[in-house]
Amino acid sequence: MKFLGVVIVCLTGALLLYGTGEFPDWGDPNSPASLHLSNDYIEKAFEETQVPNLVTAVLADYRGFDTMFETSVIFCAGLACFLLLRDFSQKKERFYRHIPTGVILHVKNSKKILKVGKEFEHMDKDWVPSDLIIKTVCRIIIPFIQLYALYVVAHGDFSPGGGFQGGVIFGSSLILLAISYDLKTLVNRIKEKVFGIYAAIGVLIYVGIGAICMPMGGNFLDYSKLAPLVPGDPHHIRALGMLGIEIGVGIAVTAVMAIIYINIVSEGRHDEGL
Amino acid sequence: MTDLLPLIVAKYNYWLYVILMMIGLYAMIAKNNLIKKLVGMNIFQTAIILFYVSIGYKTDATIPIIQNAHGGGSHGAVIHAADYINPLPHVLMLTAIVVSVATFGVAMALAVRIYQRYQTLEEDELRMRLIDIGPEE
Repeated sequence: MKFLGVVIVCLTGALLLYGTGEFPDWGDPNSPASLHLSNDYIEKAFEETQVPNLVTAVLADYRGFDTMFETSVIFCAGLACFLLLRDFSQKKERFYRHIPTGVILHVKNSKKILKVGKEFEHMDKDWVPSDLIIKTVCRIIIPFIQLYALYVVAHGDFSPGGGFQGGVIFGSSLILLAISYDLKTLVNRIKEKVFGIYAAIGVLIYVGIGAICMPMGGNFLDYSKLAPLVPGDPHHIRALGMLGIEIGVGIAVTAVMAIIYINIVSEGRHDEGL
Repeated sequence: MTDLLPLIVAKYNYWLYVILMMIGLYAMIAKNNLIKKLVGMNIFQTAIILFYVSIGYKTDATIPIIQNAHGGGSHGAVIHAADYINPLPHVLMLTAIVVSVATFGVAMALAVRIYQRYQTLEEDELRMRLIDIGPEE
């Protein structure tokens, strides 16, 4: 099997390398990819949409349908993770720690549930005390990561960034919280339902903005028809429409990243993770 | 050999992506562990992403963000396509990266389920256990 694999891989690689002989050179301005549609995008997009970041203009306006379905693919991925892994059965054995004394209680009866609060706290089986340095540094750094994520979403029209990138940064800040403290901290702070609702709301914002354009007399996702609804310069209405859908994408991606992470690390039980 | 070298230098981006792709493909075909197969799939995707981004590059061009767009007095100034790299591959790969993360998550979830049921992620052991259980399941 290994030998066969090597043969297949070498054959494919040789064929592809043989094919590269016909390909344009690295950085050739006259390569076929940069001759047709892309010139039109570069020269016309700013005039038509008033968005300097061409990537966002193409992503959210010219290829708005594509991006809408990419967002729903991400939503479906979160849904699939939830449906595959979520396990609502309670574990039989539980561990609690008495905070003032540090005594660890091992509860074998599944019906007995201690109140978690000032006296007792949940504990994982292979629990190690979280390091003070890591906790403190993460506590300081997480708000700044989230602020940066909001910046990346909000400035997606003018600088590198957008809903996907900002959403992933925001989601990673939540994952950092779960890693540096423990998974329960994240799950208790933001409920599972909230994540699910946010993932749906994100897709809904995108589709909703597209749908509002239709009763205003335009096609689906034709932001220019939204001008009577939004005060301000009507020239920038396309930029504002794009910002709206980028916010939707950001919310959906954040929630789905958190759903995937929480379900995978705890095998769907949402109790103890990495 | 003297003919080949300038060819490689002029098109080294394609050589890099082909090598990365071969690594990913080999891992997907020959590795026994499902997680290693997934890592191979991710390397494969990275190779495709590199390929797309590299065909969007133009020499002496900058990132596809119009310079001095607002308030720079450039309203009405002609934008030359040769000054900005091709935005289209970046758009396609931007969504492809996030979707690849999402699909990787689903694949990991499936791997977790397989491990919960069969207590292994090695392909040959999985095949043996499937035979043991029999065709009714």
